[in-house]
Amino acid sequence: MRQIAIYGKGGIGKSTTTQNLTAALGEMGNKIMIIGCDPKADSTRLVLGGLAQKTVLDTLREEGEDIELDAVLKAGFMGIKCVESGGPEPGVGCAGRGIITSINLLEQLGAYTDDLDYVFYDVLGDVVCGGFAMPIREGKAEEIYIVASGEMMAMYAANNISKGVQKYADTGGTKLGGIICNSRMVDNEREMLEHFAKELGTQLIHFVPRDNLVQRAEINKKTVIEFSPDEQQANEYRALAKAIEDNKMFVTPKPMSQDRLEEILMEYGFFG
Amino acid sequence: MKDDLNKVVDKILDKYPAKVMKNRKEHILIKDSNENKEISANTRTLPGIITNRGCAYAGCKGVVIGPIVDMVHITHGPVGCAYYTWSTRRNKGRTREGSKNFINYSFTTDMQESDIVFGGDKKLAQAIKEAVEIFNPKAISIAATCPVGLIGDDIQAVAKKAQKEYGIPVLSFSCEGYKGVSQSAGHHIANNNLMREVIGTVDIPVEDQKQFMINILGEYNIGGDEWEIKRVLNKIGYTVNTTMTGDAEYEDIAKAHNSDLNIIQCHRSINYIAEMIEIKYGMPWMKVNFIGIENMSQTLRNMAKFFDNEELYARTETVITEEVEAIKDEMKHYKNMCKGKTAMLFVGGSRAHHYQGLLKEIGMDTIMAGYEFGHRDDYEGRDVIPYIKLDADTRNIEEIKVEKDEKKYRLRIPIERLEQLKKELPINDYPGLVVDMKDQTIVIDDLNHLETEMVIKALKPSFFGSGVKDKYIVQKMGIYSKQMHSYDYSGPYAGFRGAVNFARDTAAGIHTPAWSYTIPPWKKEPILKGKINTEGVEEVC
Repeated sequence: MRQIAIYGKGGIGKSTTTQNLTAALGEMGNKIMIIGCDPKADSTRLVLGGLAQKTVLDTLREEGEDIELDAVLKAGFMGIKCVESGGPEPGVGCAGRGIITSINLLEQLGAYTDDLDYVFYDVLGDVVCGGFAMPIREGKAEEIYIVASGEMMAMYAANNISKGVQKYADTGGTKLGGIICNSRMVDNEREMLEHFAKELGTQLIHFVPRDNLVQRAEINKKTVIEFSPDEQQANEYRALAKAIEDNKMFVTPKPMSQDRLEEILMEYGFFG
Repeated sequence: MKDDLNKVVDKILDKYPAKVMKNRKEHILIKDSNENKEISANTRTLPGIITNRGCAYAGCKGVVIGPIVDMVHITHGPVGCAYYTWSTRRNKGRTREGSKNFINYSFTTDMQESDIVFGGDKKLAQAIKEAVEIFNPKAISIAATCPVGLIGDDIQAVAKKAQKEYGIPVLSFSCEGYKGVSQSAGHHIANNNLMREVIGTVDIPVEDQKQFMINILGEYNIGGDEWEIKRVLNKIGYTVNTTMTGDAEYEDIAKAHNSDLNIIQCHRSINYIAEMIEIKYGMPWMKVNFIGIENMSQTLRNMAKFFDNEELYARTETVITEEVEAIKDEMKHYKNMCKGKTAMLFVGGSRAHHYQGLLKEIGMDTIMAGYEFGHRDDYEGRDVIPYIKLDADTRNIEEIKVEKDEKKYRLRIPIERLEQLKKELPINDYPGLVVDMKDQTIVIDDLNHLETEMVIKALKPSFFGSGVKDKYIVQKMGIYSKQMHSYDYSGPYAGFRGAVNFARDTAAGIHTPAWSYTIPPWKKEPILKGKINTEGVEEVC
């Protein structure tokens, strides 16, 4: 079982990328579980065809200790099992603690079955506190992919997440598997991210081009793989899935200083 | 003698790693009236040291707010914080006619994991609702524990909403345990809110105002101390408007600004309020000490001098004579039993000072004293306040500023006379513990378990006055140890009759040295038994 955590700046397209990627991996015959670690609980919408299930934490709150795995785990496209951790409404409580509670509970309930080939954690934004680092702590995800684009803030967040990964690389054995570019059509985007990834000591594992088809598929509550399996964009996600399936490059990232990051941006953004 | 004490201190310091040694050295001084030595206090306890200190929540809810009898005090947090502060202080409270008393209850929101994740404010609102419906209290307090601060529950908003909804005061205290370096931070937080929300909100009608009306501050009625103090004060002719906060009702505290004088027993826990009341309402404060016959008598004479009334002077002397007469034979008896023995005190931000006079009266010298949570001014006197270096831990605790209330401000005595009295009486002043200690005694701030054991072994006192955390260690070393926070379920110890109670308990304790007759097995038998095999020869050792 490979456990993989997907991080990246808020709004960069982590959930969309994760679901299309898992759909492609599913097509290839893999058994997969996605654990959404975002209080908004929208990480599995495309695989399930809508916001279709109760979150682990809501169930815990309402039913107390008497909780069944079936209540929180639903299968969607290609038999992909979907779990939403859930969490508090904005501005109250502790979402980080929620993720810890939720993952512990899933373990207790036996959600991590041996027949699974992949478990994906789709984590909200940055590694702001201990809770959001839960998926990369000991015994959890050993591979991390960061979704980024050529935009300054996305790269800044990716660099910051690398710091969190670096911290847990020593204790938890987690490694960075690469950067996934979810293109924003920025100048010299591919070259800039290739350079950025190299500087971090990792690779740009795949460049996913921008295509409005993704938006159309989302409106229809579907992944591109399911909505338009024959289009080029579906093949892009299949290529990403293949790259991850065959990936052998796992590193402890070397986060760079803010100055160095800005240098790279200057080099590719203005003069490239 | 001084060399001997220096050796004791050096021996303690020798046990520490260099960095710890440097820190602890600043917290220990040997009294020498020829030098003016600084002591370090109110700073972080170093990791690894077994300290007796409490937390901000304990100082706020446990000490200052908890004793108010007709309020429901809700601990917002996991159940342990509420359970372990339930009745542990022994602050007693009586029920007034037609009123209510919740002193024996413990209220908590009992936060669970899901409350941490989703926020505990809904549960808090529900707890307030239930408290109002079931108990219908005069007012409610909410004390925040650590997790509440971590997840950021907006207890102020919940309190405000509840206050509006139920029409009773609901006070919220952000006294999360991790704030500050000891319970002292919690006292300050409690003081701020009482000043901001309660004091001055109810006026006593002019026709109901009494002559010689005072407030007792920093007296929490442990074991009934306040009742004994009040008995004597009433006998002389004083009216105690409110006590903060021992056996007080909410409304008494709201009327505090109507009195003529604040008298302060525990300086550390409540001096903030005394200072702010003076600025806002023009009422001066005076440091008092109700512990011991001499201190009690002096306090009564100082108070009479403040009011400067012939009848009051006369009543004061009559009462002192009567009270002393009634107890002097019994005191003499206990003095005979205790004289020549020595004592150590490690308690509070004032008690380690207050009890020295009483111990002296039964013939006992205090050879070591220290505070758990005192500041430098509690040791060296208020004169040092401008020179105390404010560290980040102190700055992290809100300091509120009050202004003169033009409508309610009034001078109690003419300024010239007040200035004159300040030269004669401890008005707006506290000279601290060190000045009252004899030369060749030790003062140790934030005494820890290692130091406790070592000073006891070196100086062999007959009495050790401290708290529950170290009581039984000392007791088992064969030394009588008394809990000065709870009086070991005895009391009162304040005032004249209290002095006899203390003397009786102390004489009995010192003369019941049961633990010193038992020798633990590890002092008689080897702890390890083993054999060494050397090349076929079996040696038994």
